[in-house]
Amino acid sequence: MGRKILTEHIHIPNIDSFDVYRKHGGYTSVEKALKKMSPENVLDEVKKSGLRGRGGAGFPTGMKWSFLAKGTGKPAYLLNNADESEPGTFKDRYLMEKNPHLCLEGMICSAYALGANVSYIYIRGEFKWIIKIIEKAIAEAKANGILGKNILGSGYDLEIYVQTGGGAYICGEETALIESLEGLRGNPRIKPPFPAVSGVWGCPTVVNNTETLAAVKWIIDNGGDEYAKIGIGKSTGTKLISAGGHINKPDVYEMDLGLPVEEFIYSDEYCGGMLNGHELKAVIPGGSSVPVLPKNLILKTASGEPRLMSYESLAEGGFISGSMLGSGGFIALDETTCMVHNTLNFTQFYHHESCGQCSPCREGTGWMKKVLKHLENGEGKMSDMDMLVDIANNIDGKTICPLGDAAAWPVVSAIRHFREEFDLHAKNPEKAKQTAHPARSIYHAIRKPELV
Amino acid sequence: MSTVKITFDNHVIEVEAGTTIMNAARKVGGDIVPPAMCYYTTLHGSGGKCRACLVKVAQSSEKDPRPMPKLIASCVTPVQDGMVVENITNEEVLNARKGIVEFLLLNHPLDCPICDQAGECDLQDFSYQHGLATTRTEEKRREFDKIDIGPNIKLHMTRCILCFRCTQVADQLCNSRVHGMIGRGDVTEISTYISNVIDQDFSGNMIDVCPVGALTDKNFRFKDRVWFNKPLDAHRECSKCCGHVVLWMHGEEIRRVTGRKDEYNELKEFICNECRFEKKELSDWVVEGPRAIKRGSVIAQNHYTLEPKEETKAVAAKS
Repeated sequence: MGRKILTEHIHIPNIDSFDVYRKHGGYTSVEKALKKMSPENVLDEVKKSGLRGRGGAGFPTGMKWSFLAKGTGKPAYLLNNADESEPGTFKDRYLMEKNPHLCLEGMICSAYALGANVSYIYIRGEFKWIIKIIEKAIAEAKANGILGKNILGSGYDLEIYVQTGGGAYICGEETALIESLEGLRGNPRIKPPFPAVSGVWGCPTVVNNTETLAAVKWIIDNGGDEYAKIGIGKSTGTKLISAGGHINKPDVYEMDLGLPVEEFIYSDEYCGGMLNGHELKAVIPGGSSVPVLPKNLILKTASGEPRLMSYESLAEGGFISGSMLGSGGFIALDETTCMVHNTLNFTQFYHHESCGQCSPCREGTGWMKKVLKHLENGEGKMSDMDMLVDIANNIDGKTICPLGDAAAWPVVSAIRHFREEFDLHAKNPEKAKQTAHPARSIYHAIRKPELV
Repeated sequence: MSTVKITFDNHVIEVEAGTTIMNAARKVGGDIVPPAMCYYTTLHGSGGKCRACLVKVAQSSEKDPRPMPKLIASCVTPVQDGMVVENITNEEVLNARKGIVEFLLLNHPLDCPICDQAGECDLQDFSYQHGLATTRTEEKRREFDKIDIGPNIKLHMTRCILCFRCTQVADQLCNSRVHGMIGRGDVTEISTYISNVIDQDFSGNMIDVCPVGALTDKNFRFKDRVWFNKPLDAHRECSKCCGHVVLWMHGEEIRRVTGRKDEYNELKEFICNECRFEKKELSDWVVEGPRAIKRGSVIAQNHYTLEPKEETKAVAAKS
């Protein structure tokens, strides 16, 4: 355990400069891919590796690439989705900040496999300093002939541009990202057509998460089969987990997929146990969008098997007793946490970030927020819980993009697993009033003239 | 043109490839047609937003990699060969539609008694047909600052369901678009660029395409309920548009002029602002006759009867 693929050199001083990075095995994959391999070979290696999208959905990357429309006469584009805004997730930020060249290197190999000559990194607008880091890295790579025209004399051209987001969570959704990149309002597009057929400016486009693209370097260097040996089952390779919440050592950890959750929380190598010796109450294993699981279900699955940090194991039991690996935003909550307040906090976020395009998400998130606020402040009713589940189910699966599902799951799962706590709020309004957190109301402080 | 066969609520429909599920269902017509609040046949890029037309695709073609069955928006999804679609035969679809009505009415002010759209409102019809008679919400409904968007069109933002049709009218019919949506989420609102008003030619069609009373005719405001008017089909020679309109009469007075809506409340032909706002004399128009109104429509409640056709008269005289 403890193999480092993405974070191997991350603690070396000045690894963000080209020379230091090159000295530590940097850009070897670009040399290998461009000089010795055809684009099809690169694609084959990625397919063999079993690499899955690290942005949340876990879709096999090689398969996604193979969907790219060929022979359309239009240029293909590779977009690097660095609009990381999921509450609880901060892995891409860590990677780009510490090791920007690794991100570029993965992008160059991937763009070569896809036959793209232009690639964009869409960075979240709040990451102002990272934009500078990435732009400096691009300039250095260009000066050294790794980017630009005729890379390393191979005849392959690639330009990478940085585009900053305006600070909207929804622009992390791939079609909203494309709209935003085109300079339009960041509303998700209606699919089909999928980006692989008609993406940015109507051209075939692949959108990948930063971590996914960074992993391509190691795959090219060492081969897809080697990568597939790491991990467990269909969850191959390593994953960055941004651990937060009530744990002793909140940080970004790289681990082989398949590590037991119990070990991840309690071993000193990772989270180092719960803060102040408190008891673990619940875990949100993959960022705020995924269902929350209570202690007994996160450590062991419903069938009694130990729960592992992998796409399959975390999803075991479906939405009844399982969750998702998501984007790896691991949030551990101790027994002092109020689940009603926690759910309200998440719902408030989704209400604030809903783009307003389709009605279930636009209206439903606001409604859930208001009902949860009543519960939190001791003004709730016993019937509110059933109504919340009903509202959430009316949103789930009926929206254009997955934001609606992401807003619904935390509410449904919190009520499923912690119903007593919600009931307690409704039964003891006076107590709830006293213990209510000063509700931070985000009354749409941001009102930007985002004209359609 | 190749054709594909789909099964829609046990009807086998054969349509051209590329047709949407909604339009395939409209070929059959009747109850099985999914409702539409944001889709508009003649506006490019409309649809997919309100989710009122969700249907269950029980089985998709082999080419589609997406896992089925799944609820999808019928107005924007093209048919695929061998697709099996369920609409009113599926309980889940009907329940989902109830949920959509609830969401659309959640922040709607329900001020129908003072709304000019009442009687010809898509949202009224939709909630009457598919919604519940009760409400579960006790929350305050959202409010907006009132803004003036132009001389001919009155904006009631509280009634808007954000179908985006009006922006598509501006993009596709007017020579320039000066309005759009600002903000996001449930505080998204229609607004114009600073010191701009909506008075471009053909902008009056926004009133007709608006499914609710968010955009209404300023010249018609509070003058009449639509069911007290008698609609007449009429036309005139117009250099800019087709000139085919409906005159809404109160006695001898033309209260307002609108385009001709079909059975799905859609305009097939758009009319210019001159025809709509300026030609308010009967002498401006060649009246073709009374407009056929569906018996179920509230407009027919005004004991409004069609003049019997000549043939019917003849038959009646014989008997």
